[in-house]
Amino acid sequence: MINLKINDQHVNVPEGTTVLNAAKELGINIPTLCNHKDLCVAGNCRVCVVEQKGARTLIAACAMPASEGMEIYTNSLKVRNARKHIVELLLSEHKSDCTKCYKNQKCELQRLANEYSFGEEVFLDLTEEVKYKIDRSSPSFIKDDSKCIRCQRCVRTCSQLQQVSAIAVANKGSHQKISSFHDRPMSHVVCTNCGQCVNRCPTGALVEKTYIDLVWDAIYDSDKHVVVQTAPAVRVALGEDLGYDPGERVTGKMVTALKQLGFDSVLDTDFTADLTIMEEGTELLTRLKKALVDGDKEISLPMFTSCSPGWIKFIEHKYPKLLNNLSTCKSPQQMFGALSKTYFAQKRNIDPSKIVSVSIMPCTAKKYEADRPEMRSSGYKDVDYVLTTRELAVMVKQAGIDFRNLEETKYDSVMGDSTGAAVIFGATGGVMEAALRTAYEIVTGREVPFKNLNIAPVRGMDGVKEATVKIEGTTEDWNFLEGAELKVAIAHGLVNANKIARAVAEGKASYHFIEIMACPGGCIGGGGQPIPTNMEIRQKRMEAIYSEDENLPLRKSHENPEVIAIYNDFLTKPNSHKSHELLHTHYVERESY
Amino acid sequence: MYNTGNLVKEMVERHGRNRDSLMPILQDIVGRHNYLTDEAMVEVAKELDISAAEVYGTASFYSFLDTEPRGRYVIRVCKTITCSMKGKNDILGAIEDLLKIKLGETTLDNQFSLLETNCIGWCHKAPAILINDMPYTELTPEKVLDVIKGYMNK
Ligand code: SF4
Ligand code: SF4
Ligand code: SF4
Ligand code: FES
Repeated sequence: MINLKINDQHVNVPEGTTVLNAAKELGINIPTLCNHKDLCVAGNCRVCVVEQKGARTLIAACAMPASEGMEIYTNSLKVRNARKHIVELLLSEHKSDCTKCYKNQKCELQRLANEYSFGEEVFLDLTEEVKYKIDRSSPSFIKDDSKCIRCQRCVRTCSQLQQVSAIAVANKGSHQKISSFHDRPMSHVVCTNCGQCVNRCPTGALVEKTYIDLVWDAIYDSDKHVVVQTAPAVRVALGEDLGYDPGERVTGKMVTALKQLGFDSVLDTDFTADLTIMEEGTELLTRLKKALVDGDKEISLPMFTSCSPGWIKFIEHKYPKLLNNLSTCKSPQQMFGALSKTYFAQKRNIDPSKIVSVSIMPCTAKKYEADRPEMRSSGYKDVDYVLTTRELAVMVKQAGIDFRNLEETKYDSVMGDSTGAAVIFGATGGVMEAALRTAYEIVTGREVPFKNLNIAPVRGMDGVKEATVKIEGTTEDWNFLEGAELKVAIAHGLVNANKIARAVAEGKASYHFIEIMACPGGCIGGGGQPIPTNMEIRQKRMEAIYSEDENLPLRKSHENPEVIAIYNDFLTKPNSHKSHELLHTHYVERESY
Repeated sequence: MYNTGNLVKEMVERHGRNRDSLMPILQDIVGRHNYLTDEAMVEVAKELDISAAEVYGTASFYSFLDTEPRGRYVIRVCKTITCSMKGKNDILGAIEDLLKIKLGETTLDNQFSLLETNCIGWCHKAPAILINDMPYTELTPEKVLDVIKGYMNK
């Protein structure tokens, strides 16, 4: 342990602790900008400078490890003046039009400017001199260089968490900027639209592309029937943007709020998550049968899940040879979209051309996914607008809804029923667990042999998880699987996905089925989730997801009554011709820059 | 535009696939062709298993790792204060008149590109220019025309 003094108070911290974190122990807050809990230290913004007794210069608290006998002052005159100038210098190169900025009141730079309450300009305003670029090419986010303070959180995110490095630091000095390859539009490079960078950008330089106003227009259009679906991970995070602590579930209140906002039908993506399990589980079993029994060499195994659009774009760019290993299932969002304008329209007797299909997602990549040309199998754009969890919170506030005091209500029908298996789609390992709960039962007629249906080996925050399920006591149809060991793997965060994909590409992996989620922690840590998101918060959201599952009466996808009904009335059976038409898709090879 | 062909493979053979090889590879390519094409950068990225944006980011940091198409001879006129005071503008004007291009441009026959550079360390013999790697110093407008005409006849 290391003893040091901060602002004349003693504190003991383990070796390696930074001055910043040592100060936290004492409840002393040191401002930061480039620092982020999920990322390595960068030490480039300097707003965290503090004074060390005896040292000639100020030191960066985020980068400096505490050492024995150190005496630190976080609020001396020297520190205050330096910090003030540092922020003023950042602002001199920053287009500070806060009232028109999407990050207004949510911006870390603005908060600092507020704390140090600047009056008149001390430094020359340099923003007039520079032609900044605003890149609106991605359907998921906007990159506005005039708001960028070059803290490089985004660059570290894209490289450390996602191993995509769609953006890097380019040029130098006053020309330094965050740039894609040759500054090409973000829509034309390897960017997966995952929005992890958006979630970490302290300013308005990276923000989701918002569709709030278009959704309001649809709601106010009395000619339209506006259907909304909510992804599993939204209900465990939305509260954070509305004054709740991380990990509080707000499902029932969220449903009520959506009704009050004026959506005509409030439905659940969880319904199509259950449906995904039926389709994807059947696809997996079919592939296994073709490969093992029929000896079909054309069958691609292992099979990868396909519900994460960031992952899909990643593999299309980086491992085009593995596209046949992807399940052909659309994501639950897109299955829902296609069904909203076909099955739902039929059932409710609504003209599909009058349906506007909106989804609330923890994800920015879903905005991109909804725009893919493949996603029009209903004859219309299957999902019209995608809003993030954050945007929904904005709408709730815009409508003046007193969220905390709302009654809890249930989803509408049809397409509002779900099971615990669908809810856990929101956490890494959840799709795998849901699939195993159903597939094992199809094959053996018995429940998965795990206590209380909780398949512990596939849960948790390890970047790559592996499990083996021995299949015993198969029914007659499936006896070719008797005694087989089903090997599965799970990865979340593209840096981990890349490890598995590479092993598969090099023929070094012996798995049958692999779940991949582009975002750390799965959708609970999605790019569209409340800010901040970090390990602690992801953990809390994950716990919330599993308690939501445990509290539901039905916990296996194949038991969802609406799923049973849709097969009886509409789709006939999993992987039927109609299913393929509406619920499955294909992929395209993309460039590698 | 030059054809990348086996160039990148050759450089990778020579320097290896570690991240540290990035600089020597880029330097060698530029040594041969004066600038990096998009194709070359993408291929280097693939070979080293890093992203193309990272290769571009690194290259764009260094003035001499050009990512814009350049002619066979890249003329860099020193713009730093000593050269400026010793008549850099006259030198520049003379070159512009001779080659019929402006600063930042390349001649139609792709022979010459005209750029400015920060200090190249020849202040004591200002004004100075570089043509590719070769410095020319204590220039006058007449002298610089002779130098460039020499290259025209090469
Ligand atoms: S990024 Fe922050 S400081 Fe800049 S204009 Fe937006 S809100 Fe204001
Ligand atoms: S875009 Fe945002 S995260 Fe990236 S360097 Fe700029 S301010 Fe920082
Ligand atoms: S959206 Fe994801 S892939 Fe794209 S730049 Fe941001 S972190 Fe990288
Ligand atoms: S937070 Fe310490 S240098 Fe940026």
